[in-house]
Amino acid sequence: MKLKKMGVALLAAGLLVTSVPAMADLMFPVLSYRTGPFGANGAENADGYLDYFALLNERDGGIGGVKVQTPECETEYKPEKGVECYESTKGNGALLYQPLSTGITYQLIPKVTADKIPMLTPGYGRTSSANGKVFEYVFNYPANYWDGASVGVKYMLDQEKGDLKGKKITLVYHNSAYGKEPIRTLEELSKKHGFTLKTIPVDSPGQEQKSQWLEIRRDKPDYVLMWGWGVMNQVAISEASKMGFPMDKFIGIWWAGSENDVKPAGEGANGYKALTFHGVGKDFPIFKDIETHLVAKGKASNGGKNIGTALYNRGLYFAMLAAEAAATAQKIHNTKDLTGAQMRDGLEALKLDKARLEALGLANFAPEITASCENHGGSGLVAVQQWDAKAGSWKLVSDFMQSDREVIDALIKADSEAFAAENKITPRECK
Amino acid sequence: MFYRESGDFKTSYSADQQTFPIRLDRHVVYGILAFAFLVVPFLINDYWEKSVLLPFLVWAMAALGLNILTGFCGQVSLGTGGFMAVGAYACYKLMVAFPWLNMFIVVILAGLITAMVGVVFGLPSLRIKGFYLAVATLASQFFLVWLFNKVPWFYNYSASGMISAPERTLFGIPVTGAEAPPWMTYLFCLTLVTIFAFIAHNLVRGRIGRSWMAIRDMDIAAEIIGVPPLKAKLSAFAVSSFYIGMSGAMLFALYLGSAEPNDSFGIAKSFLVLFMIIIGGLGSILGSFLGAAFLTLMPVLLKNIMVGWFGWPADLAAHLELLLIGALIMFFLIVEPHGLAQLWRVTKERLRLWPFPH
Repeated sequence: MKLKKMGVALLAAGLLVTSVPAMADLMFPVLSYRTGPFGANGAENADGYLDYFALLNERDGGIGGVKVQTPECETEYKPEKGVECYESTKGNGALLYQPLSTGITYQLIPKVTADKIPMLTPGYGRTSSANGKVFEYVFNYPANYWDGASVGVKYMLDQEKGDLKGKKITLVYHNSAYGKEPIRTLEELSKKHGFTLKTIPVDSPGQEQKSQWLEIRRDKPDYVLMWGWGVMNQVAISEASKMGFPMDKFIGIWWAGSENDVKPAGEGANGYKALTFHGVGKDFPIFKDIETHLVAKGKASNGGKNIGTALYNRGLYFAMLAAEAAATAQKIHNTKDLTGAQMRDGLEALKLDKARLEALGLANFAPEITASCENHGGSGLVAVQQWDAKAGSWKLVSDFMQSDREVIDALIKADSEAFAAENKITPRECK
Repeated sequence: MFYRESGDFKTSYSADQQTFPIRLDRHVVYGILAFAFLVVPFLINDYWEKSVLLPFLVWAMAALGLNILTGFCGQVSLGTGGFMAVGAYACYKLMVAFPWLNMFIVVILAGLITAMVGVVFGLPSLRIKGFYLAVATLASQFFLVWLFNKVPWFYNYSASGMISAPERTLFGIPVTGAEAPPWMTYLFCLTLVTIFAFIAHNLVRGRIGRSWMAIRDMDIAAEIIGVPPLKAKLSAFAVSSFYIGMSGAMLFALYLGSAEPNDSFGIAKSFLVLFMIIIGGLGSILGSFLGAAFLTLMPVLLKNIMVGWFGWPADLAAHLELLLIGALIMFFLIVEPHGLAQLWRVTKERLRLWPFPH
């Protein structure tokens, strides 16, 4: 009996959250995933994210002299686990969440709004959260899925000398909230430009795509767009190369543009294209700092083996946005310790121009960003990268292009207003 | 010693037939319920609600449902995830179409709709058994998930195919949506689970439950002694789906707040519930709760111990957690193949005799 009681007590104690925060630090909980079918991608991104903050701590002593803490919590890319991670970390003065999962983002949108902790979902999440009047605590700059879809089509227009009439475009997508996001925009664009759109879902995780690619082989589309993640990308690219689909007409979203996706297909993946909203490779001064302050001291995440991969760079970029916003917030509120609401103000006032990027050692790494109270979505500048299988690296093959704001803004307005009506939110006034 | 029945005399039929005939059992159950209803709501916070208590209650409800079908009636089902999806989408459509409707009624109606769907998918059980029935119900799992992906009407034509629970209030306090206080959602689920666990407990002791068990133990013999298989099997499918539908509705509306068919109601969920009742104990109400507790709370517990106490990296802990859960499942099934409920039954017998086992 005594033993049982002790067992129960132990159980209860174990279920309690036990991490004790040091309140003076800036808390950026990292909801990452390094296990499961998406683990390879999640790990690269998390490494970049952690390394940037580690670099700030090592080199500059944190942000504005305050150290940054990045407790990691494994979500396995599952919404339930994401919620659990959020609930167990939010009490420690969490300033910002970047869950790297559209599914988890949808779960957290109402929660962060109620708890007044901002969430930044660059290039994923709910696209209409670009409307800051409705989504006060959710940000998705510098680009969103609809920008991606639009720039993808724009790139095809360029390739076809401005005319897509009668062309066939097929979208292969991860059958989830994430994969379904671009469909509405692509439908609008197909009306506008006169191409026929076909959508083919792939159920998660997507190890088996024979029937989908058989369908594509029968249809012979002019272009294939892909909204995939994790193992689905590898399989799709291998299938495409096996059936001899011209790889330079196969364009993935930025989540289908990592080394993990193309390497399994070997030479066959040569020429595959993907969208991106930041630079590729290690040719930026910041990587020298990472080398001296982290790798040389053995402090790089995962031993530094992912440094310079496409997703590592993205994680680095995400962390940089967070850190810049925190620094901005410190300036606005003239304080060193921040709250969630102050962090929100920092995110809204974020201004990243060429000079600032250069000062950060990231010259020409990404387009400029100017956020505001109503604009939580950034400019939507997107480029195209291409895989060179021989060199084993990505290369940018286009400039950063502007998405079709006319189509997207209308869609964002409609979707966010529908959300506001459904949840009885009165859009706030922006001065 | 601990389980003393001496002196616990029954003087009427109703006393003899009450839900918990042993006095000590009764007092322990009432004690736990009093604690759950009167003390926990004052202690609860968001973390306990969303990571511990709501998942436990929701999955306990689903395990109850599947246990009625598989444990009591012997019909193996792999369609649990699909039926939960029916409950969730029915709940969503009802919430949106009738905003004034009481949430209790919404959840129960969602359960009833699932029951109807369950009966339809239960029809093959009249002809096929065992593994073949498992495959037939597997088809329902895939069909239902496909349906909720394919037909935009179910998710009100939203761009991402997600459904999100709008805010609904009960006695003026929000019970769904982000503003809902943790004690409210907890009490809501606890009330439903308590009521329907009592109903299930009494159902399986009664005529219907006995006819289910007769079918489970030997269907031909049951038919010969006058148990109609059609009625017994379909009623088991209906009641089971009713419970599973309610758990799906609670999962969507109260626990997660939004859902999509593949992530929240995939085949993995069907297996999860099946494992719960196998580990907890087939054909036992208590077993449903023990199995749900084991598979929802153990991962959280292990994670907190490894990451929170020992400070191990999150990914290492996640991998170890999978290993440990697997090892624990094997351990319990070797020690007691009839599940945790049987383990408790044996302990109870021992406690009864202790300290004089001979």
